[in-house]
Amino acid sequence: MAKIQFIDFSGTVHAVDAELGSTVMETAIKNGIPGIEAECGGACACATCHVYIDPEWQEKVGAPSSMEEDMLDFAYDIRPNSRLSCQIKVSNDLDGLTVRTPERQA
Amino acid sequence: MADKTTTDCLIIGAGPVGLFAVFELGLLDIKAHVVDILDKIGGQCAELYPEKPIYDIPGFPSVTGQGLVDNLKAQIEPFGAQFHLGEMVTEVEALGSETAPLFSIKTTAGTEFEAKSVLIAAGGGSFQPKKPPIPGIEAYEQQSVFYSIRRMEDFRGRNVLIVGGGDSALDWTLNLASIAQRVTLLHRRDEFRAAPHSVDKMRQLVREGIVDLRIGQVIGLEGHDGRLQNALCRDNDGKTLEVKCDAMMPFFGLTMKLGPIANWGLSLHENLVPVDTEKFETSTPGIFAIGDINTYPGKLKLILSGFHEGALAAQKVQRYVHPDRRVTFQYTTSSTSLQKKLGVA
Ligand SMILES: Cc1cc2nc3c(=O)[nH]c(=O)nc-3n(C[C@H](O)[C@H](O)[C@H](O)COP(=O)(O)OP(=O)(O)OC[C@H]3O[C@@H](n4cnc5c(N)ncnc54)[C@H](O)[C@@H]3O)c2cc1C
Ligand code: FES
Repeated sequence: MAKIQFIDFSGTVHAVDAELGSTVMETAIKNGIPGIEAECGGACACATCHVYIDPEWQEKVGAPSSMEEDMLDFAYDIRPNSRLSCQIKVSNDLDGLTVRTPERQA
Repeated sequence: MADKTTTDCLIIGAGPVGLFAVFELGLLDIKAHVVDILDKIGGQCAELYPEKPIYDIPGFPSVTGQGLVDNLKAQIEPFGAQFHLGEMVTEVEALGSETAPLFSIKTTAGTEFEAKSVLIAAGGGSFQPKKPPIPGIEAYEQQSVFYSIRRMEDFRGRNVLIVGGGDSALDWTLNLASIAQRVTLLHRRDEFRAAPHSVDKMRQLVREGIVDLRIGQVIGLEGHDGRLQNALCRDNDGKTLEVKCDAMMPFFGLTMKLGPIANWGLSLHENLVPVDTEKFETSTPGIFAIGDINTYPGKLKLILSGFHEGALAAQKVQRYVHPDRRVTFQYTTSSTSLQKKLGVA
Protein backbone atom coordinates (compact mmCIF):
# COMPACT_ATOMS: atom_id res chain seq x y z
CA MET A 1 0.00 0.00 0.00
CA ALA A 2 1.05 3.57 -0.68
CA LYS A 3 -0.74 6.77 0.24
CA ILE A 4 -1.79 9.16 -2.50
CA GLN A 5 -3.26 12.61 -2.01
CA PHE A 6 -5.53 13.94 -4.70
CA ILE A 7 -6.33 17.65 -4.54
CA ASP A 8 -9.32 18.41 -6.70
CA PHE A 9 -10.14 21.67 -8.49
CA SER A 10 -12.11 23.00 -5.51
CA GLY A 11 -9.08 22.44 -3.27
CA THR A 12 -10.55 19.47 -1.40
CA VAL A 13 -7.89 16.97 -0.37
CA HIS A 14 -8.66 13.27 -0.79
CA ALA A 15 -6.07 11.06 0.94
CA VAL A 16 -6.47 7.45 -0.16
CA ASP A 17 -4.68 4.11 -0.07
CA ALA A 18 -3.30 2.89 -3.38
CA GLU A 19 -2.44 -0.68 -4.18
CA LEU A 20 1.15 -1.25 -5.27
CA GLY A 21 1.27 -2.09 -8.98
CA SER A 22 -2.04 -0.41 -9.77
CA THR A 23 -2.09 2.94 -11.53
CA VAL A 24 -2.79 6.40 -10.15
CA MET A 25 -5.83 6.57 -12.48
CA GLU A 26 -7.24 3.28 -11.14
CA THR A 27 -6.77 4.56 -7.62
CA ALA A 28 -8.65 7.76 -8.49
CA ILE A 29 -11.56 5.91 -10.12
CA LYS A 30 -11.83 3.42 -7.25
CA ASN A 31 -12.11 6.31 -4.82
CA GLY A 32 -14.43 8.47 -6.92
CA ILE A 33 -11.99 11.38 -7.17
CA PRO A 34 -13.62 14.33 -9.03
CA GLY A 35 -12.03 15.45 -12.29
CA ILE A 36 -10.87 12.07 -13.62
CA GLU A 37 -12.89 10.39 -16.38
CA ALA A 38 -10.61 7.72 -17.86
CA GLU A 39 -12.87 6.98 -20.81
CA CYS A 40 -10.51 4.45 -22.36
CA GLY A 41 -9.90 2.52 -19.17
CA GLY A 42 -6.20 3.17 -18.99
CA ALA A 43 -5.02 2.41 -22.51
CA CYS A 44 -3.39 5.80 -23.05
CA ALA A 45 -5.97 6.42 -25.75
CA CYS A 46 -8.26 9.17 -24.43
CA ALA A 47 -6.33 11.73 -22.35
CA THR A 48 -9.23 12.09 -19.90
CA CYS A 49 -7.13 11.09 -16.90
CA HIS A 50 -4.91 14.19 -17.02
CA VAL A 51 -3.40 15.30 -13.68
CA TYR A 52 -0.79 17.76 -12.42
CA ILE A 53 2.01 16.24 -10.36
CA ASP A 54 3.00 18.19 -7.28
CA PRO A 55 6.31 19.88 -8.24
CA GLU A 56 8.08 18.17 -5.33
CA TRP A 57 7.21 14.80 -6.79
CA GLN A 58 7.87 15.53 -10.44
CA GLU A 59 11.37 14.09 -10.49
CA LYS A 60 10.38 10.83 -8.77
CA VAL A 61 7.36 10.33 -11.01
CA GLY A 62 9.42 11.04 -14.11
CA ALA A 63 8.59 12.29 -17.58
CA PRO A 64 5.94 10.93 -19.92
CA SER A 65 6.87 8.44 -22.65
CA SER A 66 6.61 9.64 -26.25
CA MET A 67 3.27 7.80 -26.64
CA GLU A 68 1.95 9.65 -23.60
CA GLU A 69 3.32 12.98 -24.91
CA ASP A 70 1.35 12.41 -28.11
CA MET A 71 -1.79 11.70 -26.13
CA LEU A 72 -1.28 14.77 -23.94
CA ASP A 73 -1.87 16.83 -27.10
CA PHE A 74 -5.55 15.93 -26.64
CA ALA A 75 -5.75 17.28 -23.10
CA TYR A 76 -6.40 20.88 -22.13
CA ASP A 77 -4.15 23.26 -20.20
CA ILE A 78 -1.00 21.20 -20.31
CA ARG A 79 1.75 22.29 -17.92
CA PRO A 80 5.30 21.05 -17.40
CA ASN A 81 4.01 18.82 -14.58
CA SER A 82 1.15 17.33 -16.62
CA ARG A 83 0.85 13.55 -16.77
CA LEU A 84 -1.79 11.00 -17.74
CA SER A 85 -2.53 9.24 -14.48
CA CYS A 86 -3.15 5.86 -16.12
CA GLN A 87 0.51 5.80 -17.12
CA ILE A 88 1.84 6.16 -13.56
CA LYS A 89 2.29 2.91 -11.66
CA VAL A 90 2.04 3.06 -7.88
CA SER A 91 5.23 1.89 -6.14
CA ASN A 92 6.76 2.25 -2.68
CA ASP A 93 8.80 5.14 -4.09
CA LEU A 94 5.58 7.06 -4.67
CA ASP A 95 4.26 6.64 -1.13
CA GLY A 96 2.89 10.08 -0.18
CA LEU A 97 2.51 11.30 -3.80
CA THR A 98 0.39 14.43 -4.25
CA VAL A 99 -1.41 15.15 -7.53
CA ARG A 100 -3.98 17.74 -8.55
CA THR A 101 -6.93 17.03 -10.80
CA PRO A 102 -8.22 19.62 -13.29
CA GLU A 103 -11.69 21.14 -13.18
CA ARG A 104 -12.70 19.28 -16.31
CA GLN A 105 -11.08 16.89 -18.71
CA ALA A 106 -11.05 18.10 -22.33
CA MET B 1 -36.87 14.35 -51.95
CA ALA B 2 -34.10 11.88 -52.67
CA ASP B 3 -34.98 8.30 -53.60
CA LYS B 4 -35.17 5.93 -50.69
CA THR B 5 -32.81 3.00 -50.57
CA THR B 6 -34.67 -0.10 -49.47
CA THR B 7 -32.90 -2.79 -47.49
CA ASP B 8 -33.59 -5.72 -45.20
CA CYS B 9 -31.52 -4.34 -42.38
CA LEU B 10 -29.89 -1.02 -41.64
CA ILE B 11 -26.87 -1.26 -39.35
CA ILE B 12 -25.95 1.89 -37.45
CA GLY B 13 -22.25 1.80 -36.64
CA ALA B 14 -19.34 0.13 -38.45
CA GLY B 15 -17.44 -0.88 -35.31
CA PRO B 16 -16.35 -4.51 -34.92
CA VAL B 17 -19.81 -5.53 -33.76
CA GLY B 18 -21.69 -3.88 -36.65
CA LEU B 19 -19.20 -5.41 -39.09
CA PHE B 20 -19.60 -8.95 -37.78
CA ALA B 21 -23.38 -8.55 -37.80
CA VAL B 22 -23.11 -8.23 -41.61
CA PHE B 23 -21.70 -11.76 -41.57
CA GLU B 24 -24.37 -13.29 -39.34
CA LEU B 25 -27.16 -11.57 -41.29
CA GLY B 26 -25.57 -12.53 -44.60
CA LEU B 27 -25.63 -16.23 -43.73
CA LEU B 28 -29.39 -15.84 -43.33
CA ASP B 29 -29.77 -14.04 -46.69
CA ILE B 30 -30.41 -10.69 -45.07
CA LYS B 31 -29.00 -7.76 -47.01
CA ALA B 32 -27.58 -4.89 -45.04
CA HIS B 33 -26.45 -1.29 -45.42
CA VAL B 34 -24.07 0.13 -42.82
CA VAL B 35 -23.82 3.81 -41.82
CA ASP B 36 -21.05 5.36 -39.74
CA ILE B 37 -20.18 8.96 -38.99
CA LEU B 38 -16.46 8.16 -39.22
CA ASP B 39 -14.88 8.17 -42.66
CA LYS B 40 -13.49 4.68 -42.04
CA ILE B 41 -14.81 1.40 -40.70
CA GLY B 42 -13.74 -0.21 -37.41
CA GLY B 43 -15.21 1.99 -34.66
CA GLN B 44 -13.13 2.22 -31.49
CA CYS B 45 -10.64 -0.41 -32.71
CA ALA B 46 -9.69 1.66 -35.75
CA GLU B 47 -10.06 5.12 -34.24
CA LEU B 48 -8.74 4.74 -30.70
CA TYR B 49 -6.28 1.87 -30.71
CA PRO B 50 -5.39 0.67 -34.24
CA GLU B 51 -1.88 -0.38 -33.22
CA LYS B 52 -2.58 -1.85 -29.79
CA PRO B 53 -2.85 -5.62 -29.44
CA ILE B 54 -6.11 -7.21 -28.27
CA TYR B 55 -5.57 -10.49 -26.42
CA ASP B 56 -9.10 -11.76 -25.88
CA ILE B 57 -10.49 -12.43 -29.34
CA PRO B 58 -11.11 -16.19 -29.39
CA GLY B 59 -8.69 -17.93 -31.73
CA PHE B 60 -6.31 -14.97 -31.94
CA PRO B 61 -3.65 -14.98 -29.20
CA SER B 62 -2.95 -11.39 -30.25
CA VAL B 63 -4.36 -9.12 -32.93
CA THR B 64 -4.15 -5.34 -33.26
CA GLY B 65 -7.25 -3.16 -33.41
CA GLN B 66 -6.69 -2.45 -37.10
CA GLY B 67 -5.73 -6.09 -37.75
CA LEU B 68 -9.07 -7.23 -36.37
CA VAL B 69 -10.94 -4.69 -38.51
CA ASP B 70 -9.05 -5.77 -41.64
CA ASN B 71 -9.89 -9.42 -40.93
CA LEU B 72 -13.55 -8.64 -40.33
CA LYS B 73 -13.64 -6.70 -43.59
CA ALA B 74 -12.29 -9.71 -45.48
CA GLN B 75 -14.66 -12.05 -43.66
CA ILE B 76 -17.80 -10.08 -44.60
CA GLU B 77 -16.67 -9.35 -48.16
CA PRO B 78 -18.88 -12.10 -49.74
CA PHE B 79 -22.05 -10.40 -48.52
CA GLY B 80 -21.52 -7.13 -50.36
CA ALA B 81 -22.94 -4.88 -47.68
CA GLN B 82 -22.97 -1.24 -48.74
CA PHE B 83 -21.19 1.28 -46.53
CA HIS B 84 -22.21 4.90 -46.09
CA LEU B 85 -19.31 6.53 -44.30
CA GLY B 86 -19.04 10.08 -43.02
CA GLU B 87 -22.79 10.15 -42.34
CA MET B 88 -24.60 10.22 -39.02
CA VAL B 89 -28.01 8.58 -38.67
CA THR B 90 -30.25 11.29 -37.25
CA GLU B 91 -33.78 9.92 -37.61
CA VAL B 92 -35.36 6.52 -37.23
CA GLU B 93 -39.12 6.48 -37.61
CA ALA B 94 -41.33 3.41 -37.29
CA LEU B 95 -43.76 3.00 -40.19
CA GLY B 96 -44.81 -0.64 -39.92
CA SER B 97 -46.55 -2.77 -37.36
CA GLU B 98 -45.27 -4.90 -34.49
CA THR B 99 -45.34 -8.05 -36.57
CA ALA B 100 -44.19 -6.46 -39.83
CA PRO B 101 -41.91 -3.61 -38.83
CA LEU B 102 -40.73 -1.04 -41.34
CA PHE B 103 -38.55 1.97 -40.67
CA SER B 104 -37.68 5.20 -42.36
CA ILE B 105 -34.10 6.27 -41.63
CA LYS B 106 -32.36 9.54 -42.46
CA THR B 107 -28.73 10.62 -42.28
CA THR B 108 -26.91 13.94 -42.10
CA ALA B 109 -25.90 13.52 -45.75
CA GLY B 110 -29.56 13.39 -46.78
CA THR B 111 -29.51 9.66 -47.52
CA GLU B 112 -32.87 7.98 -46.86
CA PHE B 113 -33.47 4.32 -46.23
CA GLU B 114 -36.52 2.16 -45.83
CA ALA B 115 -35.54 -0.91 -43.82
CA LYS B 116 -37.40 -3.90 -42.41
CA SER B 117 -35.15 -3.89 -39.36
CA VAL B 118 -32.60 -1.66 -37.66
CA LEU B 119 -29.52 -2.91 -35.84
CA ILE B 120 -28.03 -0.28 -33.57
CA ALA B 121 -24.32 -1.10 -33.16
CA ALA B 122 -23.41 2.41 -32.11
CA GLY B 123 -20.86 1.57 -29.40
CA GLY B 124 -20.28 4.51 -27.11
CA GLY B 125 -22.18 6.72 -29.57
CA SER B 126 -21.12 8.80 -32.54
CA PHE B 127 -17.51 9.86 -32.70
CA GLN B 128 -17.54 13.63 -32.45
CA PRO B 129 -14.81 16.23 -32.14
CA LYS B 130 -13.73 17.05 -28.60
CA LYS B 131 -14.42 20.58 -27.49
CA PRO B 132 -11.60 22.07 -25.46
CA PRO B 133 -12.92 23.68 -22.26
CA ILE B 134 -11.77 27.21 -23.19
CA PRO B 135 -13.91 29.62 -21.15
CA GLY B 136 -16.74 31.10 -23.24
CA ILE B 137 -15.99 29.03 -26.37
CA GLU B 138 -19.68 28.09 -26.85
CA ALA B 139 -20.60 31.64 -27.78
CA TYR B 140 -18.34 31.46 -30.84
CA GLU B 141 -19.26 27.99 -32.09
CA GLN B 142 -20.64 27.83 -35.66
CA GLN B 143 -19.79 31.47 -36.36
CA SER B 144 -16.09 31.63 -35.57
CA VAL B 145 -15.15 28.32 -33.95
CA PHE B 146 -15.40 25.16 -36.05
CA TYR B 147 -14.65 21.56 -35.12
CA SER B 148 -14.98 20.29 -38.65
CA ILE B 149 -14.94 21.91 -42.05
CA ARG B 150 -17.64 21.38 -44.64
CA ARG B 151 -16.76 24.02 -47.22
CA MET B 152 -13.23 25.37 -47.62
CA GLU B 153 -14.66 28.40 -49.43
CA ASP B 154 -16.16 29.60 -46.13
CA PHE B 155 -12.63 30.45 -45.05
CA ARG B 156 -11.62 32.49 -48.08
CA GLY B 157 -10.01 35.71 -46.96
CA ARG B 158 -10.34 34.91 -43.27
CA ASN B 159 -7.73 35.02 -40.56
CA VAL B 160 -7.63 31.42 -39.43
CA LEU B 161 -6.16 29.92 -36.26
CA ILE B 162 -5.74 26.15 -36.31
CA VAL B 163 -4.95 24.43 -33.02
CA GLY B 164 -3.43 20.96 -32.77
CA GLY B 165 -0.56 18.77 -33.90
CA GLY B 166 -2.16 15.77 -35.59
CA ASP B 167 -3.17 15.02 -39.14
CA SER B 168 -6.41 17.03 -39.12
CA ALA B 169 -4.63 20.16 -37.89
CA LEU B 170 -1.80 19.82 -40.39
CA ASP B 171 -4.03 18.87 -43.35
CA TRP B 172 -6.24 21.91 -42.83
CA THR B 173 -3.22 24.16 -42.35
CA LEU B 174 -1.93 23.05 -45.74
CA ASN B 175 -5.33 23.18 -47.45
CA LEU B 176 -6.34 26.58 -46.16
CA ALA B 177 -2.94 28.23 -46.63
CA SER B 178 -3.83 29.25 -50.19
CA ILE B 179 -7.44 30.26 -49.45
CA ALA B 180 -7.34 32.07 -46.14
CA GLN B 181 -5.86 35.50 -45.76
CA ARG B 182 -3.60 34.17 -43.05
CA VAL B 183 -3.21 30.80 -41.35
CA THR B 184 -1.67 30.47 -37.91
CA LEU B 185 -0.95 26.99 -36.58
CA LEU B 186 -0.76 26.76 -32.80
CA HIS B 187 0.47 23.66 -31.01
CA ARG B 188 1.62 23.10 -27.44
CA ARG B 189 5.05 21.79 -28.48
CA ASP B 190 7.27 21.94 -31.52
CA GLU B 191 6.70 18.27 -32.30
CA PHE B 192 3.87 16.97 -34.44
CA ARG B 193 2.12 13.61 -34.54
CA ALA B 194 0.96 14.19 -38.10
CA ALA B 195 2.39 12.36 -41.12
CA PRO B 196 6.04 13.47 -41.63
CA HIS B 197 5.47 14.71 -45.19
CA SER B 198 2.67 17.06 -44.00
CA VAL B 199 4.95 18.33 -41.25
CA ASP B 200 7.71 18.98 -43.82
CA LYS B 201 5.29 20.85 -46.07
CA MET B 202 4.02 22.92 -43.15
CA ARG B 203 7.59 23.87 -42.16
CA GLN B 204 8.27 24.86 -45.77
CA LEU B 205 5.23 27.19 -45.74
CA VAL B 206 6.43 28.65 -42.44
CA ARG B 207 9.87 29.35 -43.96
CA GLU B 208 8.21 30.99 -46.95
CA GLY B 209 6.27 33.22 -44.59
CA ILE B 210 2.87 31.88 -45.72
CA VAL B 211 1.93 30.15 -42.47
CA ASP B 212 2.66 31.33 -38.92
CA LEU B 213 3.65 28.65 -36.45
CA ARG B 214 3.20 29.44 -32.77
CA ILE B 215 3.98 27.21 -29.81
CA GLY B 216 1.52 27.52 -26.95
CA GLN B 217 -2.03 26.88 -25.84
CA VAL B 218 -5.26 28.86 -26.11
CA ILE B 219 -6.45 30.07 -22.72
CA GLY B 220 -9.13 32.57 -23.68
CA LEU B 221 -11.04 34.17 -26.53
CA GLU B 222 -11.97 37.77 -27.26
CA GLY B 223 -14.67 39.06 -29.55
CA HIS B 224 -18.31 40.17 -29.78
CA ASP B 225 -21.60 38.53 -30.72
CA GLY B 226 -19.98 35.27 -31.71
CA ARG B 227 -17.40 37.06 -33.86
CA LEU B 228 -13.91 36.17 -32.75
CA GLN B 229 -11.20 38.83 -32.81
CA ASN B 230 -8.33 37.46 -30.74
CA ALA B 231 -7.22 34.24 -29.19
CA LEU B 232 -5.27 34.65 -25.99
CA CYS B 233 -2.51 32.08 -25.84
CA ARG B 234 0.07 31.09 -23.27
CA ASP B 235 3.49 30.04 -24.46
CA ASN B 236 5.60 27.48 -22.64
CA ASP B 237 7.40 30.14 -20.59
CA GLY B 238 4.05 31.30 -19.24
CA LYS B 239 3.97 34.47 -21.35
CA THR B 240 0.64 35.50 -22.85
CA LEU B 241 0.44 36.23 -26.53
CA GLU B 242 -2.46 37.40 -28.65
CA VAL B 243 -3.23 35.84 -32.00
CA LYS B 244 -5.48 37.92 -34.22
CA CYS B 245 -8.03 35.66 -35.88
CA ASP B 246 -11.66 35.61 -36.97
CA ALA B 247 -11.93 31.84 -37.26
CA MET B 248 -10.53 29.12 -35.05
CA MET B 249 -10.41 25.37 -35.51
CA PRO B 250 -9.42 23.31 -32.49
CA PHE B 251 -8.43 19.70 -33.28
CA PHE B 252 -8.32 17.83 -29.98
CA GLY B 253 -9.28 14.38 -31.18
CA LEU B 254 -12.62 12.63 -30.94
CA THR B 255 -14.90 11.52 -28.16
CA MET B 256 -18.08 9.42 -28.27
CA LYS B 257 -21.46 11.07 -27.69
CA LEU B 258 -24.78 9.21 -27.65
CA GLY B 259 -26.18 11.76 -30.10
CA PRO B 260 -29.51 11.37 -31.90
CA ILE B 261 -30.21 7.84 -30.60
CA ALA B 262 -31.85 9.50 -27.60
CA ASN B 263 -34.60 10.88 -29.89
CA TRP B 264 -35.82 7.64 -31.44
CA GLY B 265 -38.40 6.79 -28.80
CA LEU B 266 -36.39 3.92 -27.32
CA SER B 267 -36.21 3.22 -23.60
CA LEU B 268 -32.79 4.25 -22.34
CA HIS B 269 -30.90 3.47 -19.18
CA GLU B 270 -27.88 5.69 -18.38
CA ASN B 271 -27.31 6.43 -22.07
CA LEU B 272 -27.48 2.74 -22.98
CA VAL B 273 -30.23 0.85 -24.73
CA PRO B 274 -31.79 -1.96 -22.67
CA VAL B 275 -32.41 -5.21 -24.58
CA ASP B 276 -33.53 -8.74 -23.82
CA THR B 277 -30.88 -11.46 -23.95
CA GLU B 278 -32.69 -13.78 -26.32
CA LYS B 279 -33.01 -11.51 -29.35
CA PHE B 280 -31.28 -8.30 -28.26
CA GLU B 281 -34.34 -6.38 -29.34
CA THR B 282 -35.12 -2.93 -27.91
CA SER B 283 -38.44 -1.58 -26.63
CA THR B 284 -39.40 -1.07 -30.31
CA PRO B 285 -39.98 -4.36 -32.17
CA GLY B 286 -37.69 -4.52 -35.20
CA ILE B 287 -35.00 -2.31 -33.65
CA PHE B 288 -32.12 -4.24 -32.12
CA ALA B 289 -29.12 -3.03 -30.14
CA ILE B 290 -25.84 -4.95 -30.00
CA GLY B 291 -22.32 -4.28 -28.76
CA ASP B 292 -21.23 -1.53 -26.37
CA ILE B 293 -24.45 0.47 -26.82
CA ASN B 294 -26.76 -2.06 -25.16
CA THR B 295 -27.31 -3.08 -21.56
CA TYR B 296 -28.77 -6.12 -19.82
CA PRO B 297 -28.03 -7.94 -16.57
CA GLY B 298 -24.46 -9.20 -16.71
CA LYS B 299 -23.48 -7.16 -19.77
CA LEU B 300 -19.75 -7.05 -20.55
CA LYS B 301 -18.46 -4.41 -22.96
CA LEU B 302 -16.32 -6.86 -24.87
CA ILE B 303 -15.99 -7.39 -28.60
CA LEU B 304 -16.56 -11.10 -27.96
CA SER B 305 -19.94 -10.40 -26.36
CA GLY B 306 -20.97 -8.11 -29.22
CA PHE B 307 -20.27 -10.87 -31.75
CA HIS B 308 -22.52 -13.27 -29.84
CA GLU B 309 -25.26 -10.65 -29.59
CA GLY B 310 -25.16 -10.10 -33.36
CA ALA B 311 -25.57 -13.81 -34.05
CA LEU B 312 -28.66 -14.05 -31.87
CA ALA B 313 -30.21 -10.81 -33.08
CA ALA B 314 -29.82 -12.00 -36.68
CA GLN B 315 -32.06 -14.98 -35.94
CA LYS B 316 -34.92 -12.69 -34.96
CA VAL B 317 -34.25 -10.27 -37.83
CA GLN B 318 -34.72 -13.28 -40.09
CA ARG B 319 -38.27 -13.76 -38.78
CA TYR B 320 -39.14 -10.22 -39.85
CA VAL B 321 -37.34 -10.31 -43.20
CA HIS B 322 -38.21 -13.85 -44.28
CA PRO B 323 -41.34 -14.56 -42.21
CA ASP B 324 -42.38 -17.65 -44.20
CA ARG B 325 -39.05 -19.40 -44.11
CA ARG B 326 -38.62 -22.58 -42.09
CA VAL B 327 -35.71 -21.94 -39.73
CA THR B 328 -32.97 -24.54 -39.84
CA PHE B 329 -29.70 -24.49 -37.97
CA GLN B 330 -26.54 -24.99 -40.02
CA TYR B 331 -22.76 -24.96 -39.62
CA THR B 332 -20.44 -23.11 -42.01
CA THR B 333 -18.10 -26.14 -41.99
CA SER B 334 -20.67 -28.56 -43.32
CA SER B 335 -23.54 -26.73 -44.99
CA THR B 336 -23.12 -26.40 -48.74
CA SER B 337 -25.82 -23.76 -48.82
CA LEU B 338 -23.90 -21.57 -46.35
CA GLN B 339 -20.68 -22.24 -48.22
CA LYS B 340 -22.27 -21.06 -51.47
CA LYS B 341 -23.15 -17.78 -49.81
CA LEU B 342 -19.56 -17.49 -48.63
CA GLY B 343 -18.34 -18.21 -52.14
CA VAL B 344 -16.27 -21.22 -51.06
CA ALA B 345 -18.42 -24.10 -52.33
C1 LIG C 1 -8.27 1.53 -25.66
C2 LIG C 1 -9.30 0.45 -25.70
C3 LIG C 1 -8.91 -0.88 -25.57
C4 LIG C 1 -9.87 -1.90 -25.64
N1 LIG C 1 -9.46 -3.21 -25.52
C5 LIG C 1 -10.36 -4.21 -25.66
C6 LIG C 1 -9.97 -5.59 -25.57
O1 LIG C 1 -8.80 -5.90 -25.34
N2 LIG C 1 -10.93 -6.54 -25.75
C7 LIG C 1 -12.25 -6.24 -25.98
O2 LIG C 1 -13.06 -7.15 -26.16
N3 LIG C 1 -12.65 -4.94 -26.04
C8 LIG C 1 -11.74 -3.93 -25.89
N4 LIG C 1 -12.15 -2.63 -25.94
C9 LIG C 1 -13.58 -2.37 -26.12
C10 LIG C 1 -13.99 -2.57 -27.57
O3 LIG C 1 -13.23 -1.73 -28.44
C11 LIG C 1 -15.45 -2.26 -27.70
O4 LIG C 1 -16.16 -3.19 -26.93
C12 LIG C 1 -15.90 -2.38 -29.16
O5 LIG C 1 -15.25 -1.44 -29.98
C13 LIG C 1 -17.40 -2.20 -29.27
O6 LIG C 1 -17.75 -2.35 -30.60
P1 LIG C 1 -19.06 -1.72 -31.18
O7 LIG C 1 -19.06 -2.13 -32.61
O8 LIG C 1 -20.19 -2.07 -30.30
O9 LIG C 1 -18.90 -0.16 -31.04
P2 LIG C 1 -17.78 0.89 -31.49
O10 LIG C 1 -16.49 0.24 -31.77
O11 LIG C 1 -17.84 1.94 -30.47
O12 LIG C 1 -18.34 1.45 -32.88
C14 LIG C 1 -19.55 2.16 -32.93
C15 LIG C 1 -19.59 3.00 -34.18
O13 LIG C 1 -20.91 3.53 -34.35
C16 LIG C 1 -20.82 4.83 -34.86
N5 LIG C 1 -22.07 5.54 -34.54
C17 LIG C 1 -22.67 5.70 -33.34
N6 LIG C 1 -23.82 6.39 -33.46
C18 LIG C 1 -23.96 6.66 -34.78
C19 LIG C 1 -24.96 7.36 -35.54
N7 LIG C 1 -26.06 7.88 -34.98
N8 LIG C 1 -24.77 7.46 -36.89
C20 LIG C 1 -23.66 6.93 -37.48
N9 LIG C 1 -22.69 6.26 -36.81
C21 LIG C 1 -22.85 6.14 -35.48
C22 LIG C 1 -19.60 5.39 -34.16
O14 LIG C 1 -19.08 6.50 -34.89
C23 LIG C 1 -18.66 4.19 -34.13
O15 LIG C 1 -17.78 4.16 -35.24
C24 LIG C 1 -11.23 -1.60 -25.85
C25 LIG C 1 -11.61 -0.25 -25.98
C26 LIG C 1 -10.67 0.76 -25.91
C27 LIG C 1 -11.09 2.19 -26.06
S1 FES D 1 -7.45 6.58 -19.07
FE1 FES D 1 -7.47 7.07 -21.15
S2 FES D 1 -5.52 7.95 -21.42
FE2 FES D 1 -5.54 7.47 -19.33
